[in-house]
Amino acid sequence: MSGTDTDVIDTLVGIAPGSPLDAIRARRPEARTQAQTSYRALFAPVVPGGVTAQERFAVGAFVTGLHGGAAIAAFYAAGLAASGASAALREAVDAAIAEARAQGPYGSYPAGPLSREDTAGPVYRAGANTRRVLGPRVAAAFEHMHLLVFHPRDAAPVGLQALLDAGWSTTDIVTLSQIAAFLSFQIRVVAGLRTLAGRS
Amino acid sequence: MPDTVLVPPDHTVPVAFTRAQLDWLPWLEPLMADAMTDRHMASLVDAARVKSPYFRLLARDPDALEARTRTDKDIFYNPDAGLPRAERELAAAATSRSNGCIYCASVHARHAATYSKREADVQRLLDDGVTADLGERWNAIVAASVALTATPITFGPEHVDRLRRSGLDDLAIADVIHAAAFFNWANRLMLSLGEPAAAAPA
Repeated sequence: MSGTDTDVIDTLVGIAPGSPLDAIRARRPEARTQAQTSYRALFAPVVPGGVTAQERFAVGAFVTGLHGGAAIAAFYAAGLAASGASAALREAVDAAIAEARAQGPYGSYPAGPLSREDTAGPVYRAGANTRRVLGPRVAAAFEHMHLLVFHPRDAAPVGLQALLDAGWSTTDIVTLSQIAAFLSFQIRVVAGLRTLAGRS
Repeated sequence: MPDTVLVPPDHTVPVAFTRAQLDWLPWLEPLMADAMTDRHMASLVDAARVKSPYFRLLARDPDALEARTRTDKDIFYNPDAGLPRAERELAAAATSRSNGCIYCASVHARHAATYSKREADVQRLLDDGVTADLGERWNAIVAASVALTATPITFGPEHVDRLRRSGLDDLAIADVIHAAAFFNWANRLMLSLGEPAAAAPA
Protein backbone atom coordinates (compact mmCIF):
# COMPACT_ATOMS: atom_id res chain seq x y z
CA MET A 1 0.00 0.00 0.00
CA SER A 2 1.38 3.39 -0.92
CA GLY A 3 1.74 5.70 2.03
CA THR A 4 3.46 3.34 4.42
CA ASP A 5 6.80 5.04 3.76
CA THR A 6 5.74 8.52 2.68
CA ASP A 7 4.49 10.83 5.43
CA VAL A 8 0.75 11.03 4.87
CA ILE A 9 0.23 14.44 6.47
CA ASP A 10 3.14 16.00 4.54
CA THR A 11 1.79 14.51 1.32
CA LEU A 12 -1.80 15.64 1.84
CA VAL A 13 -0.82 19.14 2.96
CA GLY A 14 1.71 19.38 0.11
CA ILE A 15 4.70 20.14 2.34
CA ALA A 16 7.87 20.34 0.27
CA PRO A 17 11.29 19.78 1.86
CA GLY A 18 12.75 23.13 2.90
CA SER A 19 9.39 24.92 2.90
CA PRO A 20 8.25 27.02 5.90
CA LEU A 21 5.81 24.32 7.02
CA ASP A 22 8.54 21.68 6.72
CA ALA A 23 10.58 23.77 9.18
CA ILE A 24 7.59 24.14 11.51
CA ARG A 25 6.87 20.41 11.54
CA ALA A 26 10.58 19.77 12.19
CA ARG A 27 10.27 21.69 15.49
CA ARG A 28 7.88 18.97 16.74
CA PRO A 29 9.78 15.98 15.34
CA GLU A 30 8.28 13.35 17.59
CA ALA A 31 4.71 14.48 16.86
CA ARG A 32 5.48 14.31 13.15
CA THR A 33 7.04 10.84 13.35
CA GLN A 34 4.51 9.37 15.74
CA ALA A 35 1.50 10.67 13.81
CA GLN A 36 2.85 8.66 10.88
CA THR A 37 3.60 5.69 13.16
CA SER A 38 -0.03 5.87 14.30
CA TYR A 39 -1.17 5.77 10.70
CA ARG A 40 0.95 2.67 10.08
CA ALA A 41 -0.22 0.99 13.30
CA LEU A 42 -3.85 1.42 12.24
CA PHE A 43 -3.66 0.98 8.45
CA ALA A 44 -0.60 -1.21 7.87
CA PRO A 45 -0.23 -3.04 11.19
CA VAL A 46 2.54 -5.56 11.75
CA VAL A 47 -0.07 -7.80 13.40
CA PRO A 48 -3.42 -7.42 11.58
CA GLY A 49 -5.38 -8.73 14.57
CA GLY A 50 -9.12 -9.15 14.17
CA VAL A 51 -9.68 -6.21 11.82
CA THR A 52 -8.74 -6.86 8.17
CA ALA A 53 -6.95 -4.35 5.99
CA GLN A 54 -10.07 -4.00 3.88
CA GLU A 55 -12.19 -3.27 6.97
CA ARG A 56 -9.66 -0.68 8.17
CA PHE A 57 -9.73 1.16 4.86
CA ALA A 58 -13.51 0.85 4.52
CA VAL A 59 -13.81 2.60 7.88
CA GLY A 60 -11.11 5.07 6.86
CA ALA A 61 -12.90 5.92 3.61
CA PHE A 62 -16.19 6.32 5.47
CA VAL A 63 -14.82 8.53 8.27
CA THR A 64 -12.83 10.78 5.94
CA GLY A 65 -15.75 10.93 3.50
CA LEU A 66 -18.03 12.14 6.30
CA HIS A 67 -15.61 15.01 7.01
CA GLY A 68 -15.81 16.20 3.42
CA GLY A 69 -12.09 16.92 2.81
CA ALA A 70 -11.61 15.80 -0.79
CA ALA A 71 -7.89 15.00 -0.79
CA ILE A 72 -7.81 12.92 2.38
CA ALA A 73 -11.04 11.12 1.47
CA ALA A 74 -9.52 10.24 -1.90
CA PHE A 75 -6.41 8.92 -0.15
CA TYR A 76 -8.40 6.47 1.99
CA ALA A 77 -10.71 5.56 -0.90
CA ALA A 78 -7.57 4.65 -2.86
CA GLY A 79 -6.43 2.56 0.11
CA LEU A 80 -9.75 0.74 0.07
CA ALA A 81 -9.39 0.00 -3.64
CA ALA A 82 -5.83 -1.21 -3.11
CA SER A 83 -7.01 -3.55 -0.35
CA GLY A 84 -8.91 -5.50 -3.02
CA ALA A 85 -12.38 -4.12 -2.29
CA SER A 86 -14.92 -4.90 -5.00
CA ALA A 87 -16.55 -2.13 -7.01
CA ALA A 88 -19.81 -3.00 -5.24
CA LEU A 89 -18.22 -2.49 -1.80
CA ARG A 90 -16.64 0.80 -2.84
CA GLU A 91 -19.99 1.99 -4.16
CA ALA A 92 -21.66 0.94 -0.90
CA VAL A 93 -19.11 2.96 1.09
CA ASP A 94 -19.86 6.00 -1.08
CA ALA A 95 -23.59 5.39 -0.62
CA ALA A 96 -23.11 5.16 3.16
CA ILE A 97 -21.24 8.48 3.16
CA ALA A 98 -24.09 10.11 1.25
CA GLU A 99 -26.66 8.62 3.66
CA ALA A 100 -24.78 9.56 6.79
CA ARG A 101 -23.57 13.15 6.26
CA ALA A 102 -24.39 15.50 9.14
CA GLN A 103 -22.93 18.44 11.04
CA GLY A 104 -21.30 17.95 14.42
CA PRO A 105 -20.64 17.99 17.24
CA TYR A 106 -24.15 17.45 18.61
CA GLY A 107 -25.60 15.22 21.28
CA SER A 108 -26.92 15.13 24.82
CA TYR A 109 -25.45 15.55 28.28
CA PRO A 110 -26.42 13.72 31.47
CA ALA A 111 -29.66 15.31 32.73
CA GLY A 112 -28.87 18.49 34.64
CA PRO A 113 -27.67 22.04 34.02
CA LEU A 114 -26.01 21.08 30.72
CA SER A 115 -29.28 19.77 29.29
CA ARG A 116 -29.95 23.25 27.90
CA GLU A 117 -26.99 22.62 25.57
CA ASP A 118 -28.43 19.34 24.26
CA THR A 119 -28.46 19.45 20.47
CA ALA A 120 -30.50 17.02 18.40
CA GLY A 121 -29.07 15.27 15.37
CA PRO A 122 -29.40 12.08 13.39
CA VAL A 123 -28.53 8.58 14.57
CA TYR A 124 -27.20 6.73 11.55
CA ARG A 125 -28.61 3.37 10.56
CA ALA A 126 -27.34 1.99 7.26
CA GLY A 127 -29.97 1.77 4.54
CA ALA A 128 -31.14 -1.70 3.57
CA ASN A 129 -29.25 -1.80 0.30
CA THR A 130 -26.07 -0.40 1.80
CA ARG A 131 -26.26 -2.88 4.67
CA ARG A 132 -26.74 -5.79 2.31
CA VAL A 133 -23.49 -5.00 0.47
CA LEU A 134 -21.45 -3.98 3.54
CA GLY A 135 -22.62 -6.98 5.55
CA PRO A 136 -23.83 -6.73 9.14
CA ARG A 137 -20.32 -6.52 10.62
CA VAL A 138 -19.09 -3.51 8.63
CA ALA A 139 -22.55 -1.89 8.74
CA ALA A 140 -22.44 -2.02 12.56
CA ALA A 141 -18.95 -0.50 12.50
CA PHE A 142 -20.12 2.35 10.23
CA GLU A 143 -23.07 3.11 12.51
CA HIS A 144 -20.70 3.41 15.46
CA MET A 145 -18.15 5.42 13.47
CA HIS A 146 -20.88 7.91 12.59
CA LEU A 147 -21.54 8.41 16.30
CA LEU A 148 -17.83 8.92 16.95
CA VAL A 149 -17.51 11.43 14.11
CA PHE A 150 -20.59 13.57 14.75
CA HIS A 151 -21.98 13.01 18.24
CA PRO A 152 -19.48 11.24 20.47
CA ARG A 153 -21.07 12.57 23.66
CA ASP A 154 -24.08 10.32 22.92
CA ALA A 155 -21.93 7.20 23.30
CA ALA A 156 -23.34 4.50 25.60
CA PRO A 157 -22.61 0.84 26.38
CA VAL A 158 -25.51 -0.25 24.13
CA GLY A 159 -23.54 0.91 21.10
CA LEU A 160 -20.56 -1.22 22.11
CA GLN A 161 -22.88 -4.17 22.68
CA ALA A 162 -24.15 -3.75 19.10
CA LEU A 163 -20.57 -4.08 17.87
CA LEU A 164 -19.98 -7.18 20.00
CA ASP A 165 -23.24 -8.65 18.68
CA ALA A 166 -22.05 -8.00 15.11
CA GLY A 167 -18.97 -10.12 15.75
CA TRP A 168 -16.31 -7.59 16.77
CA SER A 169 -14.21 -8.47 19.85
CA THR A 170 -13.34 -6.05 22.63
CA THR A 171 -9.86 -5.65 21.16
CA ASP A 172 -11.31 -5.08 17.68
CA ILE A 173 -13.51 -2.30 19.11
CA VAL A 174 -10.45 -0.61 20.61
CA THR A 175 -8.82 -0.70 17.17
CA LEU A 176 -11.93 0.61 15.37
CA SER A 177 -12.27 3.39 17.95
CA GLN A 178 -8.61 4.33 17.50
CA ILE A 179 -9.09 4.44 13.72
CA ALA A 180 -12.01 6.90 13.95
CA ALA A 181 -10.32 8.93 16.69
CA PHE A 182 -6.92 9.05 14.96
CA LEU A 183 -8.50 10.09 11.67
CA SER A 184 -10.33 12.89 13.49
CA PHE A 185 -6.83 14.13 14.38
CA GLN A 186 -5.13 13.52 11.04
CA ILE A 187 -7.95 15.18 9.08
CA ARG A 188 -7.73 18.29 11.28
CA VAL A 189 -3.95 18.57 11.13
CA VAL A 190 -4.14 18.36 7.34
CA ALA A 191 -6.97 20.90 7.11
CA GLY A 192 -5.35 23.27 9.61
CA LEU A 193 -1.89 23.19 8.07
CA ARG A 194 -3.28 23.61 4.54
CA THR A 195 -5.11 26.71 5.71
CA LEU A 196 -1.96 28.01 7.43
CA ALA A 197 0.10 27.38 4.28
CA GLY A 198 -2.47 29.30 2.26
CA ARG A 199 -1.93 32.40 4.43
CA SER A 200 1.87 32.55 4.18
CA MET B 1 -16.83 -16.84 26.84
CA PRO B 2 -17.90 -14.09 24.41
CA ASP B 3 -16.88 -10.54 25.25
CA THR B 4 -19.48 -8.40 26.99
CA VAL B 5 -19.83 -4.79 28.00
CA LEU B 6 -19.13 -3.83 31.60
CA VAL B 7 -21.76 -2.38 33.89
CA PRO B 8 -20.04 0.33 35.96
CA PRO B 9 -20.54 0.21 39.71
CA ASP B 10 -22.87 2.74 41.35
CA HIS B 11 -21.33 6.17 41.02
CA THR B 12 -22.14 9.87 40.92
CA VAL B 13 -22.43 11.09 37.32
CA PRO B 14 -20.91 14.57 36.84
CA VAL B 15 -23.60 16.81 35.29
CA ALA B 16 -21.48 19.94 34.82
CA PHE B 17 -18.01 20.78 33.55
CA THR B 18 -15.59 20.97 36.45
CA ARG B 19 -11.92 21.35 37.32
CA ALA B 20 -12.34 18.74 40.05
CA GLN B 21 -10.54 15.41 39.84
CA LEU B 22 -12.81 12.78 38.22
CA ASP B 23 -12.59 9.03 37.89
CA TRP B 24 -13.22 7.18 34.61
CA LEU B 25 -15.07 3.87 34.46
CA PRO B 26 -14.60 1.59 31.43
CA TRP B 27 -17.47 0.04 29.46
CA LEU B 28 -15.16 -2.64 28.02
CA GLU B 29 -12.79 -4.94 29.88
CA PRO B 30 -9.28 -3.51 30.26
CA LEU B 31 -6.36 -5.92 30.22
CA MET B 32 -5.57 -7.28 33.66
CA ALA B 33 -2.28 -5.80 34.85
CA ASP B 34 -0.77 -9.18 35.67
CA ALA B 35 -1.72 -10.56 32.24
CA MET B 36 0.06 -7.81 30.29
CA THR B 37 3.05 -8.76 28.14
CA ASP B 38 6.23 -6.71 27.85
CA ARG B 39 4.80 -5.23 24.63
CA HIS B 40 1.63 -4.16 26.42
CA MET B 41 3.65 -2.61 29.24
CA ALA B 42 5.96 -0.76 26.84
CA SER B 43 2.92 0.66 25.02
CA LEU B 44 1.97 2.56 28.17
CA VAL B 45 5.24 4.58 27.76
CA ASP B 46 4.82 5.75 31.36
CA ALA B 47 4.74 2.60 33.55
CA ALA B 48 2.58 4.26 36.23
CA ARG B 49 -0.28 4.22 33.72
CA VAL B 50 -0.75 0.52 34.45
CA LYS B 51 -3.02 1.75 37.28
CA SER B 52 -5.35 3.41 34.75
CA PRO B 53 -8.20 1.30 33.33
CA TYR B 54 -8.32 3.66 30.35
CA PHE B 55 -4.72 2.95 29.35
CA ARG B 56 -5.02 -0.78 30.10
CA LEU B 57 -8.03 -0.88 27.77
CA LEU B 58 -6.19 0.98 24.99
CA ALA B 59 -3.20 -1.35 25.52
CA ARG B 60 -5.24 -4.03 23.74
CA ASP B 61 -3.87 -2.36 20.56
CA PRO B 62 -0.38 -1.57 21.86
CA ASP B 63 1.15 -0.16 18.68
CA ALA B 64 -1.71 2.32 18.30
CA LEU B 65 -1.53 3.30 21.97
CA GLU B 66 2.21 3.86 22.03
CA ALA B 67 2.21 6.05 18.92
CA ARG B 68 -0.81 7.97 20.25
CA THR B 69 0.94 8.68 23.53
CA ARG B 70 4.20 9.79 21.94
CA THR B 71 2.28 12.12 19.59
CA ASP B 72 0.44 13.59 22.59
CA LYS B 73 3.60 14.20 24.61
CA ASP B 74 5.38 16.13 21.87
CA ILE B 75 2.36 18.31 21.06
CA PHE B 76 1.83 19.31 24.69
CA TYR B 77 5.22 19.04 26.39
CA ASN B 78 7.78 20.01 23.75
CA PRO B 79 9.27 23.17 25.31
CA ASP B 80 10.83 24.52 22.10
CA ALA B 81 9.11 27.90 21.55
CA GLY B 82 5.70 28.06 19.87
CA LEU B 83 2.54 28.28 21.97
CA PRO B 84 3.03 28.49 25.76
CA ARG B 85 2.01 25.32 27.59
CA ALA B 86 -0.95 27.09 29.25
CA GLU B 87 -2.44 27.92 25.86
CA ARG B 88 -1.88 24.44 24.44
CA GLU B 89 -3.92 23.25 27.43
CA LEU B 90 -6.51 25.97 26.74
CA ALA B 91 -6.95 24.62 23.19
CA ALA B 92 -7.36 21.11 24.63
CA ALA B 93 -9.92 22.30 27.17
CA ALA B 94 -11.87 24.30 24.57
CA THR B 95 -11.95 21.33 22.18
CA SER B 96 -13.17 19.08 25.00
CA ARG B 97 -15.80 21.66 25.99
CA SER B 98 -17.04 21.79 22.39
CA ASN B 99 -17.20 18.01 21.93
CA GLY B 100 -18.72 17.61 25.39
CA CYS B 101 -16.02 15.50 27.05
CA ILE B 102 -16.49 16.33 30.72
CA TYR B 103 -13.58 14.09 31.77
CA CYS B 104 -11.02 15.49 29.28
CA ALA B 105 -12.15 19.05 29.98
CA SER B 106 -11.61 18.54 33.72
CA VAL B 107 -7.99 17.43 33.28
CA HIS B 108 -6.99 20.09 30.77
CA ALA B 109 -8.90 22.94 32.43
CA ARG B 110 -6.90 22.11 35.57
CA HIS B 111 -3.67 22.23 33.57
CA ALA B 112 -4.67 25.46 31.81
CA ALA B 113 -5.48 27.08 35.15
CA THR B 114 -2.26 25.84 36.74
CA TYR B 115 0.02 27.09 33.96
CA SER B 116 -1.80 30.38 33.25
CA LYS B 117 -2.86 31.30 36.82
CA ARG B 118 -6.13 32.46 35.21
CA GLU B 119 -8.49 30.20 37.16
CA ALA B 120 -11.51 32.52 36.75
CA ASP B 121 -11.16 32.64 32.95
CA VAL B 122 -10.74 28.89 32.69
CA GLN B 123 -13.78 28.38 34.90
CA ARG B 124 -15.77 30.77 32.70
CA LEU B 125 -14.94 28.59 29.69
CA LEU B 126 -16.30 25.56 31.58
CA ASP B 127 -19.38 27.31 32.96
CA ASP B 128 -20.42 29.51 30.04
CA GLY B 129 -19.01 27.50 27.15
CA VAL B 130 -16.87 28.31 24.16
CA THR B 131 -18.42 31.75 23.56
CA ALA B 132 -17.32 33.07 26.98
CA ASP B 133 -15.28 36.30 26.75
CA LEU B 134 -11.76 35.43 27.93
CA GLY B 135 -9.91 38.36 26.37
CA GLU B 136 -9.01 38.59 22.69
CA ARG B 137 -5.96 36.32 22.61
CA TRP B 138 -7.71 33.48 24.43
CA ASN B 139 -10.92 34.11 22.49
CA ALA B 140 -8.94 33.68 19.26
CA ILE B 141 -7.43 30.38 20.47
CA VAL B 142 -10.81 29.07 21.62
CA ALA B 143 -12.53 30.10 18.38
CA ALA B 144 -9.82 28.42 16.29
CA SER B 145 -10.09 25.23 18.38
CA VAL B 146 -13.88 25.17 18.05
CA ALA B 147 -13.73 25.74 14.28
CA LEU B 148 -11.27 22.84 13.97
CA THR B 149 -13.58 20.69 16.09
CA ALA B 150 -16.66 21.24 13.92
CA THR B 151 -17.43 18.49 11.41
CA PRO B 152 -17.15 19.48 8.60
CA ILE B 153 -14.26 21.68 9.76
CA THR B 154 -14.96 25.42 9.65
CA PHE B 155 -11.39 26.60 10.39
CA GLY B 156 -10.40 29.12 7.75
CA PRO B 157 -8.01 31.96 6.86
CA GLU B 158 -9.92 34.31 9.18
CA HIS B 159 -8.90 32.16 12.16
CA VAL B 160 -5.23 32.24 11.13
CA ASP B 161 -5.40 36.02 10.70
CA ARG B 162 -7.05 36.51 14.09
CA LEU B 163 -4.39 34.36 15.80
CA ARG B 164 -1.66 36.39 14.09
CA ARG B 165 -3.25 39.65 15.23
CA SER B 166 -3.14 38.22 18.76
CA GLY B 167 0.61 37.78 18.47
CA LEU B 168 0.93 34.11 17.56
CA ASP B 169 3.66 33.21 15.08
CA ASP B 170 3.24 30.31 12.67
CA LEU B 171 4.81 27.75 15.01
CA ALA B 172 2.36 28.81 17.73
CA ILE B 173 -0.55 28.59 15.28
CA ALA B 174 0.60 25.11 14.27
CA ASP B 175 0.60 24.25 17.99
CA VAL B 176 -3.03 25.42 18.30
CA ILE B 177 -3.92 23.25 15.30
CA HIS B 178 -2.18 20.20 16.75
CA ALA B 179 -3.55 20.64 20.27
CA ALA B 180 -7.15 20.97 19.01
CA ALA B 181 -6.67 18.13 16.52
CA PHE B 182 -5.20 15.86 19.19
CA PHE B 183 -8.15 16.43 21.50
CA ASN B 184 -10.50 15.45 18.74
CA TRP B 185 -8.64 12.12 18.97
CA ALA B 186 -8.61 11.90 22.77
CA ASN B 187 -12.21 13.07 23.33
CA ARG B 188 -13.58 10.34 21.08
CA LEU B 189 -11.79 7.58 22.99
CA MET B 190 -12.69 8.92 26.44
CA LEU B 191 -16.32 9.57 25.52
CA SER B 192 -17.00 6.26 23.80
CA LEU B 193 -15.14 3.63 25.83
CA GLY B 194 -16.35 4.56 29.31
CA GLU B 195 -17.75 7.36 31.43
CA PRO B 196 -16.65 9.86 34.08
CA ALA B 197 -17.55 9.55 37.73
CA ALA B 198 -17.19 12.01 40.57
CA ALA B 199 -14.19 10.88 42.59
CA ALA B 200 -15.13 8.82 45.62
CA PRO B 201 -14.44 10.66 48.90
CA ALA B 202 -11.02 9.65 50.21
